[in-house]
Amino acid sequence: MHRSPSRNPPVEKEDFDLWIEAGHAEKHYWLDLWHYRELFFILAWRDVAVRYKQTVAGTAWALFQPFLSMVIMTVIFSRVAGLPSIGNAPYAIMVFAALLPWQFFSSALSASGQSVVSNRDMISKVYFPRIIVPTSSVLVSLVDFLVSLLILAALMVWFRFPPVWNLSALPVFMVLAIVSALGAGLVLTALTVQYRDFRILVPFIVQFGMYVSPVAYSSDLVREKLGAGLFSLYCLNPLVFVIEGFRWCILGGKCRLLESPMLVSLAVSFLLLAFGIAYFRKTERSFADVI
Amino acid sequence: MKEDVVIRVEGLSKKYFLGQRAGGAGGLRHVIEDAVAAPFRWAGRAVSGARVPRRVAEETEFWALRDVTFDVRRGEVVGIIGRNGAGKSTLLKLLSRITEPTRGRIGLKGRVASLLEVGTGFHPELSGRENVFLNGAVLGMRQEEIRRKFDEIVAFAGVEKFLDTPVKRYSSGMYVRLAFAVAAHLEPEILIVDEVLAVGDSEFQKKCLGKMHEVSTAGRTVLFVSHAMHSVQALCRTGILLNQGRIETMGPVGGVIAVYSNRARETGGGGDIASNRSLGLSLKTATLRQEAPAGTLVVSAHFYLDKTIPNAGLGIHIETADGVELCDLRPETTGLAFGDRKGPLHISVVLEDLSRRLGAGTYRLGLSFHETNWRTCLERTIIGEFVVPAFDVYASGYPPKYEKDGPVVLPVRLLRAE
Repeated sequence: MHRSPSRNPPVEKEDFDLWIEAGHAEKHYWLDLWHYRELFFILAWRDVAVRYKQTVAGTAWALFQPFLSMVIMTVIFSRVAGLPSIGNAPYAIMVFAALLPWQFFSSALSASGQSVVSNRDMISKVYFPRIIVPTSSVLVSLVDFLVSLLILAALMVWFRFPPVWNLSALPVFMVLAIVSALGAGLVLTALTVQYRDFRILVPFIVQFGMYVSPVAYSSDLVREKLGAGLFSLYCLNPLVFVIEGFRWCILGGKCRLLESPMLVSLAVSFLLLAFGIAYFRKTERSFADVI
Repeated sequence: MKEDVVIRVEGLSKKYFLGQRAGGAGGLRHVIEDAVAAPFRWAGRAVSGARVPRRVAEETEFWALRDVTFDVRRGEVVGIIGRNGAGKSTLLKLLSRITEPTRGRIGLKGRVASLLEVGTGFHPELSGRENVFLNGAVLGMRQEEIRRKFDEIVAFAGVEKFLDTPVKRYSSGMYVRLAFAVAAHLEPEILIVDEVLAVGDSEFQKKCLGKMHEVSTAGRTVLFVSHAMHSVQALCRTGILLNQGRIETMGPVGGVIAVYSNRARETGGGGDIASNRSLGLSLKTATLRQEAPAGTLVVSAHFYLDKTIPNAGLGIHIETADGVELCDLRPETTGLAFGDRKGPLHISVVLEDLSRRLGAGTYRLGLSFHETNWRTCLERTIIGEFVVPAFDVYASGYPPKYEKDGPVVLPVRLLRAE
């Protein structure tokens, strides 16, 4: 061992596999992420397994919540307020087609926002790409989503509503739902680590988000009542595209997804993801110091 | 191979902020307040011409590490020692990539595994089996790799019977054994270990040291932080002594430990000898006084407890000047327990007749602090050296001496010789 490397034979930069330096983004980041890919599934598996062990009904709760929301929204918005459904689809199925991506988005957002703070011990004691933590909690919400597809199947049987060919495009819109959830989730995760205020803000954001997304009503209604100008503003919400995409897959009917305000919504989801990743990577290096 | 440097640390510094920013919460308020106040500051300056100061710096800077430079070669086992707060943990955190340096850089060659805590990522609800896979993945092992080593890991930990029990029902010893076993099977090229041997019973500690020795003889590089000088001495060939974030000395481990032990004795001015900040426990002063009759030693220690520590107890540890452990007397054995305590605590303990029990020579004494169930809340800290005077125990004209006869004096009496 020597105190001063300058007295040693000079060592070229390339001689080391890794240089850790202040403020330098690591070029190994994505490679590392690939190396740790299993951790991503293991953490998701842990969260699912723990939930099964601690609760009596396990995933039944994941089914119960969207089902109850569907019943309430159908009663209030269809029976009481008298809003129209899309085409000849039963209102319940129209609502549930939107609740699928909405429940996924909101639970992914809440879970990923908390994820880094609740895995604090790991963050401050061991290295792995931090982005795995919020991402794996999005994966947990995906499990709930798959389970609640069962309710959709049951509803379609109950209302004798046959599936349409559009249904085969559902995975594409699921990917878009993941893109939006991950983008928003990463931003919130990074903000929650630095400002715990966001722990309190997230439930509010989620509640607010449900009203500005076409969950309990169809976006056609917004277009009709608010006019094209305000509808464009409404479409800044990335979920508008995702939800209407789900409806198109499940209910069929005229495709209005390729109209320009809708495409804005699509673009916003990808911008959000790009910003989420960039912001998360910028802040994650100091997570262990501020957490 | 002389040029085979696997760790190169150059001018490494790490700055922390004390106060508001470190806490995280409350940060948003300041961001908003600053944003709201900005136009007023600007207006104020425009009107009066005087500068209105920005938020007074509540963020006091603190350099945990300052300009640290060293090289480690392949197969070297390096002990990092220093008092609490000297920067050891920060150095390990930087080397393990948990946090990034403020200045300077680190070059690493090969797979690095760090073990800063035993059982990181363990989930109490999951079974032992499940936790092995979880913990392995957190530490960077592949599932296939864990599957291959699973039986070996379980055997090392000795928890075969409890594999399907949730770890929340494990005893703390079992928990630690399982957690160390996973980490011990990592097989990295560079292993970074922090103080993990302080946990577990002594038999298990020996097993851990053995495992780490095995790792180092296999040509792997080990960086090891410990307060237990005997482990450092036994395991490492080179040592680095950190003091207030800087390297005070480095080189062959014996010399470095000697410098550290001397420093530990000069604890008169400022600061605590040792402290556990999270428990609010600190050792303020400690003295060793040799008294008449020869071989009597009085140990005085002044602790301060910010919070109540239930069932507080004192541990006494004696080792030889070259770091061989002689005894580690825990409060449950000696009865040196003081009930629930808070505030200042002055303790004086007398050790008598040392000359009849130890060979003449120089020894070191360390103290540790324990709470309920004798959990250690202040690691063993060497407080000073004492000299055991010669005493002719066997009335042979040759009093037993440490160098010649070893540290322990046992009563021997001739019964018969035919």
